[in-house]
Amino acid sequence: MAETTYLEAIRQALFEEMDRDPNVFVLGEDIGAYGGAFKVTDGLLAKYGESRVIDTPISEAAIVGAAAGAAHMGMRPVCEMQFIDFISCAYDMLTNYVATARYRAFLPCPLVVRGPSGGYVRGGPFHSQNPEAAFLHTPGLKIVYPSTASDAYGLLKAAIRDDDPVLYFEHKYLYRRIKEELPTGDHVVPIGKARLAREGKDLSIITYAATVWKALEAAEQLEKEDGLSVEVLDLRSLLPMDDEAIMATVKKTNRVMIVHEDTRTGGVAGEVTARITEQAFAFLDAPILRVTAADVPLPYSPPLEDYVLPQTSDIVSVARQLAAY
Amino acid sequence: MASRTSSRGRNAARPRVAAASGAPSASLSRAQKLEVYYYMRLTRSLEERLVNLYRQTKVIGGLFRSLGQEADAVGSAYALDRTKGDFLSPLIRNLGSMLVQGAEPLEIIRQYMAKGDSPTRGRELNIHFGDLERGFIGQISHLGDMVPVMAGVTLSFKLRGQNRVGLVYVGDGATSTGAFHEGINFAAVQRCPLVVVVENNGYAYSTPITKQTAAAEFRDKALAYGIPGEQADGNDVLATYDVTKRAVERARRGEGVTLIELITYRRKGHAEHDNQSYVPEGEIAQWEATNDPVDRYVARLTGEDGVKPNELAELDARVQREIDAATDEAEKSPMPEPADALTGVYADPPSVEPLWYRSGVSSAVAANERPASWGTFNG
Repeated sequence: MAETTYLEAIRQALFEEMDRDPNVFVLGEDIGAYGGAFKVTDGLLAKYGESRVIDTPISEAAIVGAAAGAAHMGMRPVCEMQFIDFISCAYDMLTNYVATARYRAFLPCPLVVRGPSGGYVRGGPFHSQNPEAAFLHTPGLKIVYPSTASDAYGLLKAAIRDDDPVLYFEHKYLYRRIKEELPTGDHVVPIGKARLAREGKDLSIITYAATVWKALEAAEQLEKEDGLSVEVLDLRSLLPMDDEAIMATVKKTNRVMIVHEDTRTGGVAGEVTARITEQAFAFLDAPILRVTAADVPLPYSPPLEDYVLPQTSDIVSVARQLAAY
Repeated sequence: MASRTSSRGRNAARPRVAAASGAPSASLSRAQKLEVYYYMRLTRSLEERLVNLYRQTKVIGGLFRSLGQEADAVGSAYALDRTKGDFLSPLIRNLGSMLVQGAEPLEIIRQYMAKGDSPTRGRELNIHFGDLERGFIGQISHLGDMVPVMAGVTLSFKLRGQNRVGLVYVGDGATSTGAFHEGINFAAVQRCPLVVVVENNGYAYSTPITKQTAAAEFRDKALAYGIPGEQADGNDVLATYDVTKRAVERARRGEGVTLIELITYRRKGHAEHDNQSYVPEGEIAQWEATNDPVDRYVARLTGEDGVKPNELAELDARVQREIDAATDEAEKSPMPEPADALTGVYADPPSVEPLWYRSGVSSAVAANERPASWGTFNG
């Protein structure tokens, strides 16, 4: 069977879900005739027509707000943010309206907001962001951020079928760089379950999205050069977060580092750290260490971007310190 | 210089066009006209009851009045067809619209009293609630946000080929928000079956319309969206009904969005605590004396329509009985169970875990202690 890229996996899930359920429709900027800025939605318009593949004005708040209204009525909208950086334009709609709808008004709001996220692509401050932490703090939303083609496929299916609003972050660096054979059948990855990307016994790297691949690269190097056995846990769901899998790896290796591409202060790593200290403090043999982007807007020029974002060499260096503690 | 609010108010006091024959309201039956009166009276009297409860500190949060705006709320909502499944999204001064759409006084009083059996089980305040069955969606406090949401509700009507219409209320203040602009533009482009009612009541909290917009009239905003902009005297309930009914029928015919500006006046403050010190002297009294929507409708009913005063008195008595009964019932309602606060954030999981120190665990550390016999630490 042919291998499928991360991007094709997302597209395939969209086709299959639109086939499966006539209530599923997609809306966003330039997603129809043009097929989307990254061509994720290419071919949808030809197959499903303008009523289910809606090119919208440049209005992120209206895209999300209209999706919410349609979702109340039983539709299953999938919104595209052309770049996830623009999700901040819909922050009010997502946090005040969508996230609270079920709780305050018993209104179902099954919608998905998806979009190309992340850096390592020389995109500069407004085409490289990782805004997941801004929404982690919002009860009522779910957040997933896959790192593999299979998970991109299975998590999008789960997100569309979920009865609650899901933010689906997809990493643009991975779009065409990784591919694999997709599992056969109706492969749905449950939201809220982490994935053990690599087994190890000496220390654990907890991460998600593009840095999963950097962590795996670092783990190879550490095994070869230092004889260290490194476990890599891919969170893939950030909200809800898989505490069970996190504590299992903590109790197994007793040394934990958290790696993410997003900036440091107020990031996901802080939340994971707090959970570990509350639920498994006594199992730690070393402080929890973070490898993240520096606390700056993401700059454009390659030497600047490379300096700010976490690199494999950073992970290796911190892992060595952790192992030696 | 007279403020624009006042000058518009004077204009609004004299409807520019007398209810023409052929106007939709001309075909309202006598019973329907009395029903419109009932809803206006119910709105006013229910709010008066809420004021009493507020003064007795039985209303937990703020109290928002629609005194003087009952005609615009009731007349516009009455133009929807509930048998066809039409929808509305109210704003804070649309108690009357919600009552027309089927909200009950008991629900309103329970909401204000934060009761456990209120429509939101004590989660939300005042008239912030909805019901998909009866066809209204609860607003949130962020003004303008309901325009995109109702664009989506009506988009679903269009996508499914349903013959239904939606109506969304905004105030003069909400027209300044990005959400209003994005939502009405989106709906216009998609030709959603949506009516957008801008209730121009002169003030957004303390801000007069002259500080809200440089546009001469709110209906002018329709021009930029490529949709019709209408205007009517919001204190004339039948004029309000007529202009909305025409827009509803346009929407139902697939002709898209209409923006309607209803000119009215907010006689009370933003909420009950607001002393309205910013209002020019005499302005409120003038509206009360010369342009009260209930008084005007009573004059119309007892004049042209030949309704006997005792018929209206009977309706007034019915309203009082219903409000008394609802108040008694609401007073007996329980407050919510505290732990209910953890349920229903998500469909799955249906409940959030209680915090450990609220769930009988004596110590988070003790609960997660490393067994003495266990360990890899050898430093």
